[in-house]
Amino acid sequence: MAAEGSNSIDALGQFQLHTSLGLLGDSVHFTQSNLMMVVAGLLVLLFLYMGMKPRAMVPGRLQAAAEMGYETILSMCTETIGGHEGRKFFPFVFTLFFFILFGNLLGVFPLFFTFTSHIMVTLALSLLVFVLVTVVGLKEHGLHWFSYFVPQGIPKALAPLMVAIEFISYLSRIISLSVRLFANMMAGHVMLEVFGSFIVMLGGLGLLGYFPAALSLGVNTLLIGFELLVATLQAYVFAILTCIYLHDAVHLH
Amino acid sequence: MDVASAKMLGAGIAMIALAGVGIGMGTIFGSLVTSVARNPASRDRVFGLAILGFALTEAVALYALVIAFIILFV
Repeated sequence: MAAEGSNSIDALGQFQLHTSLGLLGDSVHFTQSNLMMVVAGLLVLLFLYMGMKPRAMVPGRLQAAAEMGYETILSMCTETIGGHEGRKFFPFVFTLFFFILFGNLLGVFPLFFTFTSHIMVTLALSLLVFVLVTVVGLKEHGLHWFSYFVPQGIPKALAPLMVAIEFISYLSRIISLSVRLFANMMAGHVMLEVFGSFIVMLGGLGLLGYFPAALSLGVNTLLIGFELLVATLQAYVFAILTCIYLHDAVHLH
Repeated sequence: MDVASAKMLGAGIAMIALAGVGIGMGTIFGSLVTSVARNPASRDRVFGLAILGFALTEAVALYALVIAFIILFV
């Protein structure tokens, strides 16, 4: 929101956390971010329940959407991770995808809050993936898993350097996975905020400002559409990268 | 030079990263056009890959944006 009487744009103020649910929320520090996570979880359940209830031969819109989500993620898992293991990890990837997707999409609606625009949330999600991948790799291959860090067919002299590089790139997955989602969601909302502030500021100029104000309103409308694309795309990217990492853990390269 | 103006300059300089992102996106969609022109039947499959590449490249631009925000506001 543009600060009253000043021309500065408070782009990051919208990400401020405050407690919700009154006194009860105050006492346990239950913020609006947590509330939105609960809402997203319930919405996923509601979506799948309502989508699967008709069990019609010719699916309606909701059933078609639910089936499409299921089939997309299932084929992503079986194609990327591999047939048998893909089915094993399918519930995890499916949950992750729909939780992030609904979290991203909630932010487009007014009065809602995007919990994925906080690095703490995305970092926790990517740490979950990282720990799972490491545990799966160690469980499948035992100590042989460490050969993952030694690329095949390199000269002996280069090996220490390559191991160090591979190890760093393995660790940097945590950061790249979390920052990608967080930055996309945050940048989108900052852009909406900036153009929203333009409308208010230019509208205040009087007749001269009306045309550019209408222009930035149009830009904002386009940005909302772009946000819908980015929200879906980033949830998809998070899910498919999780699949690729799981493939690496299961098959070692 | 005082700290405030140095911060402004730093945030601007951080955005040089966008040059690389522009090259990357041009390569992705240029290759998409080339491959679809050569084999129009592969359009659906190649388009999905291009969108994935687009999302990964766009993330680099957003890393730069986050760094600029950190310089400006933190």
